[in-house]
Amino acid sequence: MKDSTRNIQGWLLFTPAAILLLAFTHYPTITTFFQSLYTNKSIIRPRRFSGIEAYESMFSDPIFWKVFVNNMWLAVGTIPTSIGIAIIMALIVNKAIPGRGFLRMAYFTPTMLPMIAVANIWLFFYAPDIGLIDKVLEVFGFEGNNWLGNPSTVLPSIIVMTVWKEAGLFMVFYLAGLQTISPELEEAAKLEGSSRWNYFWRIQFPLLLPTTLFVLINAFLNSFKLVDHLFVLTKGGPDNASNLILYYIYETAFSFLDISYASALTIFLLALLALTALAQFFFLDRRTHYR
Amino acid sequence: MKKMFTKISYCITVALGISMISSAAIAKTELTMYYPIAVGGKLTQAVDSIVADFMAENPDIEVNAIYSGNYDDTRIKALAALESGKPAQLSVMFSIDVHELRELDAIVPFDDVVSTDEERAWLNSFYPSLMENGIAAGKTWGIPFQRSTIVMYYNKDAYREAGLDPETPPATWGGLIAAAKALTKDDGSQWGLMIPSTGYPYWMFGALAMQNGQTLMTSGDKTNFDHPDVVEALEVWKAMGSEHKIMPEGTIEWGTLRQNFLEGKTAMMWHSTGNLTTVKNNASFDFGVAMLPAGKRRGTPTGGGNFYIFKDTSAEEREASMKLIKFMTSPEQAANWSIATGYMGVSPSAYETDSLSSYVAEFPPAAVARDQLAYATAEFSTYQTSRVKKGLNDAIQAALVGSKTPKEALSEAQAAAERILKPYR
Repeated sequence: MKDSTRNIQGWLLFTPAAILLLAFTHYPTITTFFQSLYTNKSIIRPRRFSGIEAYESMFSDPIFWKVFVNNMWLAVGTIPTSIGIAIIMALIVNKAIPGRGFLRMAYFTPTMLPMIAVANIWLFFYAPDIGLIDKVLEVFGFEGNNWLGNPSTVLPSIIVMTVWKEAGLFMVFYLAGLQTISPELEEAAKLEGSSRWNYFWRIQFPLLLPTTLFVLINAFLNSFKLVDHLFVLTKGGPDNASNLILYYIYETAFSFLDISYASALTIFLLALLALTALAQFFFLDRRTHYR
Repeated sequence: MKKMFTKISYCITVALGISMISSAAIAKTELTMYYPIAVGGKLTQAVDSIVADFMAENPDIEVNAIYSGNYDDTRIKALAALESGKPAQLSVMFSIDVHELRELDAIVPFDDVVSTDEERAWLNSFYPSLMENGIAAGKTWGIPFQRSTIVMYYNKDAYREAGLDPETPPATWGGLIAAAKALTKDDGSQWGLMIPSTGYPYWMFGALAMQNGQTLMTSGDKTNFDHPDVVEALEVWKAMGSEHKIMPEGTIEWGTLRQNFLEGKTAMMWHSTGNLTTVKNNASFDFGVAMLPAGKRRGTPTGGGNFYIFKDTSAEEREASMKLIKFMTSPEQAANWSIATGYMGVSPSAYETDSLSSYVAEFPPAAVARDQLAYATAEFSTYQTSRVKKGLNDAIQAALVGSKTPKEALSEAQAAAERILKPYR
């Protein structure tokens, strides 16, 4: 085959993916960027070019900073915990224990449930006095707590629910990672008299680093992407104590109908996520051992 | 071969002819209507059955009634449909969306749609306080449909247990707090009162402010958040949790409150009348419904959804929409709807129908919302209503959880509202 035909064939194969990417990713991104540079249109006030005004008002908007900080706490609260729990669960269900299939399924169930359904379940878990958590605490003689109605417990409550929801998914990746590790390594470690901890820390964990990198990126993205539960649980309240960037974007765009400001917020979120993903690829990738 | 062609062409001609005739015979006007439901329960079935009755009576009109989530979701869907060029012709939307819908040039006033004297009289057949939210710039933009007020549900069994008279619920704030204190159990197994403060905190607050003698807004471009009476109303609300200990501190979830009441965790709750039928069907105890108590006076905002007709409609579609709206708000249908849900019959004549008057006779709580209309005011609604409302909601929640004082929180909300509303004056 000639080079030119090979080229054409290559481009043809690339076209379907390119069209989808352009139509549903790149084009909306660019229009969003331009929308953020113009004011909103209404019959009273026509659209006009406003430059970076929307970004200026973003940085002077106290609610923006609040949701940003909330989001950072959510990331800090969910990422290490869900990764840690996922590894432990994967190690457990990787062993030949009775009821292994059942256990794997049980761990994975929260991931399969839709987020809205999960939030409805947890809404009643967290309900003061009548909820599961308060009922259990009552048995041990603790007072009921208004989990979602108190600004100091609402974000931790949401973190716990998110970890519960996510850990199962990450477990699957770790389980796959563990099963690619050759059993000879474990036998060799046993022969050498290495402890289980030593084996995990020196052999398994380093070999799982590619998985960890992948999970880390996903967990980070998820902590910004997952907001479905807020619609059911708190609507961002009380007083924005559980509000997150993406939910704030939704409110701005569809409740306040302020497309210009919502676009500016979207561009900010996009830039933040793109930079983080790049950083993770460049810095962590070098330290990660691929086979 | 030739014969076959003739046959085929003959068949095609006949088929075309038939299809033309039949399409002429059923030149239906198609209407798409979105409607929200904010209180749960089996309300979609109630709407579907009214719409089915309408289509049976009007075979020339086809109605697609689409349940579209809560009030915010419904507005988003209706506006998105408008943008996409496949719009709805009419919708039930939040009564307080009127200013925003007008600013978007999305709706027509009913004054421009009614044509006969009979229809003009029809515009005046509803309870005036239910029309308040639908009127702007001297025209009527919304027709009341699923309308409510806030009422106080109370557990009569709990009243008896606490030695209170179950037939005389408190009529003043002082009486309310005293009764709630008697009803609150020290072990935390039963609270005296719960007023929800998520979802629609501004709505509950509208009642408290009104009872203290002040409305939250004077017009679509002027709010009164920092008025001393309004500030005092928020202090009273906060004190119920922090000082009198008759209500849990922090915010109280709108969505689970009904369950709290049904499980006996609170002896009284303030909630929408739209919950009445669900509470009636699920309460395992004797319960009563009372008007909200008076501070300086009684007061409650109205709430709920109005019918709107969209601007982007043909004359036939508007006419058909009017037919549907007139049908759904007619005394008989309004009576059925009220019995099925607990929402109000929207006109005095609805309460004169046999079905609703006998229902009210055997179940007096069904009339409380109507009787309370005498004290009712419009629900909070301004230009940019969602954003102004959000500022107010945040302020209420900040005060209730104690991160700001009521005065601080409301002054900030007022300043923010001023900034937003200035361009509209």
